[in-house]
Amino acid sequence: MLFAFGVLSLVFLMGYEMYDGSALTIAKFGWNFLGTSTWDPVQENYGAFPLIFGTLLSSFLALLIALPLGIGVAIFLSELAPRWLERPLSFLVELLAAIPSIVYGLWGLFVLVPWLRLIVEPWLGSNLGALPFFKGPAYGFGMLAASVILSVMVLPIIASISRDVLQAIPGLQREAALGLGATRWETTKVILSSAKSGILGATLLGLGRAVGETMAVTLVIGNRSQISASLFSPAYSMAAVIANEFTEATSSMYTSALIEIALVLFVMTIILNALARLIVWSVTKRFKR
Amino acid sequence: MKKDEKVYFYWRKAKNNAMILFSLACVLLALVPLILIFSYTLLQGISSLNIDFFIQMPKPVGESGGGMANALVGTGILLGIGGLIGLPVSIMAGIYLAEYGDNPFAATVRFLADVLSGIPSIVVGVVAYVLVVLPMKHFSALAGGVALAILMIPTVTRTTEEMIRLVPHSFREAGLAIGIPRWKTTLRIILPTALKGITTGILLAIARAAGETAPLLFTALGNRFWSTAIDQPIASLTVFIYDYSKSAFEDWIRQAWGAAFVLIALIFVLSVIFRIVTRSRYAEH
Repeated sequence: MLFAFGVLSLVFLMGYEMYDGSALTIAKFGWNFLGTSTWDPVQENYGAFPLIFGTLLSSFLALLIALPLGIGVAIFLSELAPRWLERPLSFLVELLAAIPSIVYGLWGLFVLVPWLRLIVEPWLGSNLGALPFFKGPAYGFGMLAASVILSVMVLPIIASISRDVLQAIPGLQREAALGLGATRWETTKVILSSAKSGILGATLLGLGRAVGETMAVTLVIGNRSQISASLFSPAYSMAAVIANEFTEATSSMYTSALIEIALVLFVMTIILNALARLIVWSVTKRFKR
Repeated sequence: MKKDEKVYFYWRKAKNNAMILFSLACVLLALVPLILIFSYTLLQGISSLNIDFFIQMPKPVGESGGGMANALVGTGILLGIGGLIGLPVSIMAGIYLAEYGDNPFAATVRFLADVLSGIPSIVVGVVAYVLVVLPMKHFSALAGGVALAILMIPTVTRTTEEMIRLVPHSFREAGLAIGIPRWKTTLRIILPTALKGITTGILLAIARAAGETAPLLFTALGNRFWSTAIDQPIASLTVFIYDYSKSAFEDWIRQAWGAAFVLIALIFVLSVIFRIVTRSRYAEH
């Protein structure tokens, strides 16, 4: 019981320590910290908006890629795949979630970035260059690379949790639909509509992971604190700025600014995760007796 | 059947097949990066692994060869410190949740443990920095260990709980029926039964912690020299990968791949073992 209480207090301890550590910048900038966009350690002027923007945009794009794929995988694993195929495939998907993010980063840096720079981005530029998203020189490093690598990392989470949710739905519903003469796909649609909120929860969990992902993003996003419409241009994310600049932070104000960013990240992920867990729980509880 | 009914019937069938194909395509597409990452790391990693990698120290800039002996030991020490702090807390918490966890307080703890496991590791690093590095005034292995402990706690707590819950109820009743007190039943009967699952779960959590980079960057910092002192900066595999991947030396990049391969192999082997152990457990009951 005492130890369980330890786990409980850990969360609050973490929150308090970071609030305490960032007191300097909170006192000086207040809410402006979140809204302004200069990040200038030399002038001691800190605004985190481009970082928050970079984090949110890259996570959002990653979800855009990973969500349909992840749900497709989950449907295949829980509804369509024969048993002998389902087990090893599920294992592979879960393994994908366990690969250290630095390895993803390494792969992104030496395989994905050159590929984007030499093949994908020039092609997008010449074919869809009219759109503001695909303008500008192809660096390879940048928002697009970060989003792609994030989507690869988020996909297994969405897929495996969605699969759990789908499998929690009683077989009776399936049998009922099939018994009425529905095809496999029509049955799946019925199942999906009962699993909707669970899949939403899985998506939020995936989003939580994408928002906090550090190493892979740091290596490929290009690390420049700016807001740009083009996905080709370098950007920055909250986690990446902490990873890059924390050891170089010489003044206490600088450190305080970085700790405050960690605090923002902490609060964001706590909200996302809490929401997601609540949703997933309420769904699985409803079907479990 | 009338004609339009027949058309509709075939339309439904076609749609069905199309969607099955679509979800199969999703699976294949999702597996492509996995296979790419795996094979690439395997290819790059194996060719750069040799005895030197495991027993030599890093060479100065410009000289080729050398290894990561200090990083291997460093990662080991960090995990040891993390485990020493994190495991007792989380195992006890897990036992509590499984055996006495039928109340609102336990539900809150369970919920927070789940939330805690979703907190970015870089944030955990910052917390360890504020907690340990600031008071001690310099980077240390201890701070890295604390960060890894915080990361291990939620997963180990939950795995321990799950594994204990898998022990059938009749075991508990049998113990209580012959008059053994509850705590002794838990300690002497339930725990040994669940031990195999708990151990592998812990190993898996440790393997994952071994792959963490972000929380070590500014706690354990990294070290190019041999160091086992826990109040000094210490080297680790992952920080080496990070530093080397940003460098321009072919040989360093080669070694980064080697280290990545070691990490993946570790996690792969432990995952397989965990899978086998838990599966046989399910099969029994």
